[in-house]
Amino acid sequence: MSGDPILSVRDLHVRFALASGEVHAVRGVDLDVQAGETVAIVGESGSGKSQTAMAAMGLLASNGKAAGRILYRGEDLLKLGPRRLDRIRGDRITMIFQEPMTSLDPLYRIGRQIAEPMIHHRGLGARAARARAIELLRLVRMPHPERRIDAYPHELSGGQRQRVMIAMALANDPDILIADEPTTALDVTIQAQILELLKDLQARLGMAIVFITHDLGIVRRFADRVCVMRAGEVVETGRVEPIFADPKAAYTKMLLAAEPTGRKNPVPPGAPILLEARNLAVSFHIPAGWFGRSAFELKAVDRVTLALRQGQTIGIVGESGSGKSTLGRALLRLMESEGTIRFEGRDLRSIDLRRNPEIRRELQIVFQDPYGSLSPRLTVGQIVTEGLLVHEPGLSRAERDRRAIAALEEVRLDPAMRDRYPHEFSGGQRQRIAIARTMILKPRVVVLDEPTSALDRSVQKEIVDLLRELQRVHDLSYLFISHDLAVVRALADDVIVMRNGRVVEHGPADDIFEHPRDGYTRALLSAAFGGWAGGEEPEMRSDVSTAMDL
Amino acid sequence: MSIALEPIPLDAPVRGRSLWQDAWARLKRNKAAVGSAAILLVMALASIVGPWLWPHPYDRVYPQYVRMPASLEPYPREERVLPELEQTLKRGRVDVIAVEMTDSGVRAEIASERGIDPRITRYVARNDLFSNPRIAGTSADGKSAVIEADVARLRFIAGTDANGRDLFARILIAIRISLTIGLLATFVALLIGVAYGATAGFLGGRVDNVMMRVVDILYSLPFIFFVILLVVFFGRNFVLMFIAVGAIEWLDMARIVRGQTLSLKRREFVQAAEALGVSNRAIVLRHIIPNTLGPVAVYMTLLVPKVILLESFLSFLGLGVQEPLTSLGVLIAEGARNIQGARWLLLYPSVALALILFALNFIGDGLRDALDPKER
Repeated sequence: MSGDPILSVRDLHVRFALASGEVHAVRGVDLDVQAGETVAIVGESGSGKSQTAMAAMGLLASNGKAAGRILYRGEDLLKLGPRRLDRIRGDRITMIFQEPMTSLDPLYRIGRQIAEPMIHHRGLGARAARARAIELLRLVRMPHPERRIDAYPHELSGGQRQRVMIAMALANDPDILIADEPTTALDVTIQAQILELLKDLQARLGMAIVFITHDLGIVRRFADRVCVMRAGEVVETGRVEPIFADPKAAYTKMLLAAEPTGRKNPVPPGAPILLEARNLAVSFHIPAGWFGRSAFELKAVDRVTLALRQGQTIGIVGESGSGKSTLGRALLRLMESEGTIRFEGRDLRSIDLRRNPEIRRELQIVFQDPYGSLSPRLTVGQIVTEGLLVHEPGLSRAERDRRAIAALEEVRLDPAMRDRYPHEFSGGQRQRIAIARTMILKPRVVVLDEPTSALDRSVQKEIVDLLRELQRVHDLSYLFISHDLAVVRALADDVIVMRNGRVVEHGPADDIFEHPRDGYTRALLSAAFGGWAGGEEPEMRSDVSTAMDL
Repeated sequence: MSIALEPIPLDAPVRGRSLWQDAWARLKRNKAAVGSAAILLVMALASIVGPWLWPHPYDRVYPQYVRMPASLEPYPREERVLPELEQTLKRGRVDVIAVEMTDSGVRAEIASERGIDPRITRYVARNDLFSNPRIAGTSADGKSAVIEADVARLRFIAGTDANGRDLFARILIAIRISLTIGLLATFVALLIGVAYGATAGFLGGRVDNVMMRVVDILYSLPFIFFVILLVVFFGRNFVLMFIAVGAIEWLDMARIVRGQTLSLKRREFVQAAEALGVSNRAIVLRHIIPNTLGPVAVYMTLLVPKVILLESFLSFLGLGVQEPLTSLGVLIAEGARNIQGARWLLLYPSVALALILFALNFIGDGLRDALDPKER
């Protein structure tokens, strides 16, 4: 893998003109890609890793400007006119994006979308393009490609859509495939499949892959060389093994150490049971369609039993659609359910929580999306104290303000910021605000619904530490819902593995992580920890593919 | 209870910028919107203050100046005044030696073999055109004299209408009426529509269904039929216009707000408020309505011109405001009838209406861009 690089980026700068001034997103990046190799660009959000790729594809937002050189086989892509550039992008250099849900046009059948670059760049006829599209779908291991080619995007699962995207990108045998976080939006087991597919395709077709990701686990398993970016600059670059074994830059060291560590202290055996659910079930009634589709019941949660002790954390693990979030909401009575839920021995289903705010305040929830869970028109101070308006309406304004300051300090935010609006904060700060809003009520049970999933690894670690600290100080009980097994392992006493609304496995965290009994749990673990945390990868390969319903 | 190790330092001003302040800053950079706002402000001020300051009341009839074209020259014109004066004086059997216009009126030198009778001024006074006639000087022999009279010289910069009323004064009052109707009806629509839409959207389910079907039924009523019914029952009435227009226009607003509410309801911050135990009422007031205000503000600025047009349409049909009060629609309708001989009657009211509509639409556009978070 030596010789001239097919893509080389020299002193690339990307600037965005914003109302508030100029943002210098990429500051002098140098990067070489050899034919057939995999280069990973790693960094946290805002590091400029995606903008580097976007600049190469000429896809910067309209207020963005790129300077420097991006040479593809000696030709500077930044200087090409749109015509010449179109001959290279989408043909020699192709790209797949993060969101498989939105990067396909919902109005066209996938066959047509795959055929489009071939008709455009290769001048293929409709029939030949269709035949090639089927071939490509087979190549990306889409089941029943002859039938699937006439499907619309909404008929496919997330993993299948990402396969279609890959097929589109491969249509013209590109030299370089730029993959911008292609697996981030997918469940871990699907993620593993897509990565395996990309690796296999690379071996067969010999293209170079530029892989943009924030996930170091993927880099280690997948890439030949890695380029670590921070704040628009390349911090460190080189072959994967030496960098992982002996990182030079402090930032790389921090990233590598950002995996949540530590274990929770166990609960004393006599701790009382706070929240208890027996045979909890939630079903959604799907009404009959107009054209003969009969009504049916979707069981989102199917007879789940659990008991949460004071000071205990139960981790609920599962992929999207497993019913774990629904379970969390049903337990807090934010959703109708069957079965019994007891809080300190009282049957919650027979109590109207609106009439009994003193119980409502003890059962709280923190949501996943720190961007969506804060009302954009309220100041942080108003957001944090909203619960007090309900539960302690007698408080004076000054007293509420005092409590807001205390709560913000507790989540380690500067209380001077309480007159600012949520959009001025970063994701991690917003999640702290959301936690402060919950903690100000002094709850006893908190459901944490993927509170760290939308955050960068290093921020995740801080939030995990904060949550553990709060739990220790206030003797809180957590129900921690996540698909991220590393975080669950760092936080939970007990783990419940869910799949299709049912509990697949339930037990102490260490038991489940060390000796998983159920096949699905094992598939989940091997996909998540891959080759670098657990040691069970080789024998699990087959299990990964059987666990899929693709 | 604090476990704070150290507050995370953030070097930034303490007071935050709300989304509205951001939007305002963006709006200020939009030249078309700022220019439109200035024009609108000037027109609104003129329509409020103008009728008091303007020399002609909007309902004053000048019978001798019917359908005068727009002109900066004052009426009556010199070529009409001087012959008129000559003729008038000749009726008093005097010789007119010279006539001329002065600053405030006219001046004539007259002579008569039989001597000048001072009562000659009565002949002049009899003519409507002249007032305060007087003998300014008599020659020593009494056979010639200088006679002066005041002439009321009136400017009609936009001409006069078929009844001899000043068109500019009428346009000012028409802008006042049209803007008032536009704003008030929009306000009525806003109040009903936001409350109704937010309630329907937030409660959802069967309540939403029933409430929105009521809206559909009201939609299906023909507007003109509705207005004619109101007019038949209550007579023509200024307030009725607001009710009629507002009662129709809130339907759109309700649909917009309901749509917004439906999507907001699923946002996590609403669920978070529910989890905190916040009551439905407080959620709607604190979380839903403030977040719908962006699109609502945009729709409002586009609704005002729509209402003005509707009112013009009603007035055009003769169902709108009553004489001598007028609105832009009434003026345009009159202008259209007089298009053959008096084009200015159509031109100036139309220009005024077009200016208002352009300005409001540009402001609406600017607001939409300013409030769109994607622009940030």
